[in-house]
Amino acid sequence: MKKFSRLSLLALACALGALLLVTGCSKEPDTIKIGFNIPLTGDIPKVGEASKYAAEMLKEDINSKGGLEVGGKKYKLQFIYQDNESKADSAVNAALKLIEQDGVVAIVGPNSSKQAVPAGGICNERETPMISPWSTNPDTTKGRPWIFRAAFLDPFQGPVAANFAAKQFGAKTAAVIFDIANDYSKGLADIFKQVWEQKMGAGSLVAFESHGTKDQDFSAQLTKIIDAKPDFIFVPDNYNQVALIVKQAHDLGYKGPFMGADAWGSAELMTLCGKDCVGQFFSTHYAAAGAQGDTKVFIDRYNQKYGYVPDDVAALTWDATRIVLQAIQDAGKLNTDVKAERKAIRDAIANIKEFKGITGSMKFDAEGDPIKCAVVVRISEDGQFTFAESVCP
Amino acid sequence: MQRYALNASLLVLALIIIGLSQAGAIDLYVQSVIMFMAINVIMSSSLNLVNGNMGEFSCGHGGFMCVGAYVGSLISMLLFTNSKLFGAALLPPATAIFLFPVVLLGAGIVAALAGIIVAVPSFKTRGDYLAIITLAVNYIVISAIQNLDVIGGPRGLTGMRPAISAMGDVINLPWMMIWVLIGCFGSVFLIRRYISSTYGKGVNAVCQDEIAAEIMSVDTNRIKLVTFMVSSGLAGVAGALYAHVVGYLNPGSFDILKSTEAMVMVYLGGMGSLSGSVISAVVFTLLLEALRPLQIYKWVIVPLILILLMQFRPEGIMGNKELSDLFPRLRKYFTFK
Amino acid sequence: MEFVFQNILNALQWGSFYALIALGYTLVYGVLLLINFAHGDIFMVGAYIAYFVATLLLGTMGLGPTATLVLAVPLTMILTSCVGVTLERVAYRPLRRKGAHRLYVVITALMCGLMLENGNLALLGASRKYFPELMEKTVYTFAGLSVTNLKVVVIITAFVAFAVLHFIVTRTKIGMAMRGISWDKFAIPLMGIPVDSIIVFTFVLGSGMAGLAGLLFAMAYPVLEPYMGALIGWKAFIAAVVGGIGDIRGAFLGGFLLAFLEIGVAAVFPSTLRDLIAFTVLLLIMWRKPTGIFGVAKHQKI
Repeated sequence: MKKFSRLSLLALACALGALLLVTGCSKEPDTIKIGFNIPLTGDIPKVGEASKYAAEMLKEDINSKGGLEVGGKKYKLQFIYQDNESKADSAVNAALKLIEQDGVVAIVGPNSSKQAVPAGGICNERETPMISPWSTNPDTTKGRPWIFRAAFLDPFQGPVAANFAAKQFGAKTAAVIFDIANDYSKGLADIFKQVWEQKMGAGSLVAFESHGTKDQDFSAQLTKIIDAKPDFIFVPDNYNQVALIVKQAHDLGYKGPFMGADAWGSAELMTLCGKDCVGQFFSTHYAAAGAQGDTKVFIDRYNQKYGYVPDDVAALTWDATRIVLQAIQDAGKLNTDVKAERKAIRDAIANIKEFKGITGSMKFDAEGDPIKCAVVVRISEDGQFTFAESVCP
Repeated sequence: MQRYALNASLLVLALIIIGLSQAGAIDLYVQSVIMFMAINVIMSSSLNLVNGNMGEFSCGHGGFMCVGAYVGSLISMLLFTNSKLFGAALLPPATAIFLFPVVLLGAGIVAALAGIIVAVPSFKTRGDYLAIITLAVNYIVISAIQNLDVIGGPRGLTGMRPAISAMGDVINLPWMMIWVLIGCFGSVFLIRRYISSTYGKGVNAVCQDEIAAEIMSVDTNRIKLVTFMVSSGLAGVAGALYAHVVGYLNPGSFDILKSTEAMVMVYLGGMGSLSGSVISAVVFTLLLEALRPLQIYKWVIVPLILILLMQFRPEGIMGNKELSDLFPRLRKYFTFK
Repeated sequence: MEFVFQNILNALQWGSFYALIALGYTLVYGVLLLINFAHGDIFMVGAYIAYFVATLLLGTMGLGPTATLVLAVPLTMILTSCVGVTLERVAYRPLRRKGAHRLYVVITALMCGLMLENGNLALLGASRKYFPELMEKTVYTFAGLSVTNLKVVVIITAFVAFAVLHFIVTRTKIGMAMRGISWDKFAIPLMGIPVDSIIVFTFVLGSGMAGLAGLLFAMAYPVLEPYMGALIGWKAFIAAVVGGIGDIRGAFLGGFLLAFLEIGVAAVFPSTLRDLIAFTVLLLIMWRKPTGIFGVAKHQKI
């Protein structure tokens, strides 16, 4: 037994060490490597899956045409997906692995701020362009010239929701229910609170309640909210919780309207929520129903390929990846040196005048944040997200 | 000669790692894996002190790491960096080279004080009831930080990393690696000394039979208090190092999952075996990194491997033995106690 | 006043789930002294089994919602028991045979839970599942209170399940054997009691409870995801211990206590402080009563 354990220990250690060193050494010419730092397991696997699917679709598109044309020559794309388990430390390791071992020219992701902020720090230090499709925390890009994002920030989205609700519902009082363990939800709730109280005066926000990320029962918070009789409830939550919150509020006798934010924008919302969500409004990046041009083509193809209408994170990943590709093309030629190529890509992204994405046209400000429009959509009777209003900065 | 052999060889190992990272022979990814590995070593060996040597069942170790991480970051931001929170740095950033231990020490002390919350109930409670208390403390710590908007709340805290880069501006060395290795070897050294001290004998006595120990005039309450404080203090040091490696803190990073990871490492290595904890932390971290390409399947295969390992070695990798018990010839070269 | 009663109703529903899951924990613990950390995930599997049974019966077989519900309850409970027993046979029993320290079995249970979660994610994909409505939902409103018929069903089921379990454990022979094993596992085989079968029976009961809880949970909160069992599992474990682990009255009471605490705190204080205050109160309870509410301090022989 002793002998066995000694040998097996040694073998295990050697095998692991070898695996670690061997992975990601191969170097193929004529390909462009782009890394994806996405949450395939952990709290939000759906987000990672949507990102991966969108990226796969884009890759097939381009590779089936012979590759991406840069400076008159076609290069095949190679996308490398690293799972960050939706943990901060794992995201750092994933980013470093992509940069150091896989030798990617740019990184797309991580999606949520909890991973995007630390990974952004690493990418900035290692001078690798990174573009987060979904992160809304200002810290992700602040003071980091190498980091960009494709989504608008909370300070922009919060007022959109507040102004729209005041106009649409003629509301004087509001209530908020948010996820305290989710930085996105908490940030948006805080901004909304600030904007609403500024607009309607102190005491116009009658309830400000929170819950935890994995909670399924919101009855205590909702009872409190309904008791305060608000004109509408603002719910900056992920769509799976939205479904439960809206249903439970109706069970508790609430009949007023809800207003949501971009995390509602998933096709799954309607399967989970059903008729309870019909007629509610939320602000988001694009309106899936009635979309035109490239947006519609993207939605239809994604739907055909994977069997559901893409979430906003899929659309944002698509845009983020295309921004990187566009930057590679703008740079004019492909450098053989990875470091020089990264620099060229960063400069090219910063120089993009206007990018026409499927989530609207955008250009980047000095911090690397996009300037783009938000739309407010209404959930129609047949479960479509129909356009209600567009707000531009 | 024998007395210093182990320490000397560890020092050489540390110098080799630092030298290789300085020369750029190992890239940053491998360096970062080594750093997380070292942090995991601190976590598992400090938890082993309570769960293995003392025979309690603490499953909220992540909470103490969280306390240490936040306190360490705050001290480092207060002293060495210009931050939104504290304004200008109190000291010139270059002094971080000498004063970084203050950060680690501060984090350790505050985390050790937090450990008292668990230690005091442990006078009366044992086993699974104490497990709940540690779990509750983990929840309480996370919830408290989520409610403190001053230090970022759920939005997280950034701004401690400049302290490390400031050191690099003065002398270009892989400072983070140096501090992590100092922290890791220091902690393991401390735990080794602690176990072989009179207190350590008391810890073992409490594990074997608390009443008998008391009759033999072991001050069990005091032993428990000190052991819990040492264990949670070291977790705090690990937290402070973690904060500076990652450069961003979020209370969500220290939930039950983090505590479970530490627990798994302890039992994987073998209860009460210090070398087992060290080995299992190294193996576990390597395993997680090596299986990264498997994506979703990684988290199916890792538990499967561990379950199989438990079936074949139901006492963990090392059982309750140390390396020197398993390889008696090593005794010629080292003394472990 | 309405506010108070409404919250009591809320807490009763939420507590029913904690109680049902805590009962499963406590049954296994009472017999084996094993904290079955996979129990929360067995509950998750139960909810998924209920989902597949319900969609199969509703869709493919074309049964009505009521008939589906009647059939789904026993089917889900049986299938979930199979999962629990499989875990016991494959992972726990070999370890027990080898005389491993009980905490190694606990870690194995933890790993089994992780495998169930992520295996589910890998097999079924990341999309969340919507549980079909098996019961026409009606909201009764009287004197400002809102109750759904589902809420009433959940609460009644929890109490009935508790009564049945209590009867089995205290009044039947097999229950006596279960209590016997937890009292002295060396003497019991000498009495001619087949220990292994009793342990399997315990797992059947405990996992069956988890399956029932999963079905009810899926009906009340119809969004299913692979990680849904983790948090509620940990909290139910806490509830079981606070009640005094090993005692089914304790688990039942502990479940409701935790729910009343959580909902009470959220209703009275700012809800951001919910976990902070609720767990501090639990800490104080444990401080005052170190072996839980119904737990009996074991006297150690010297």
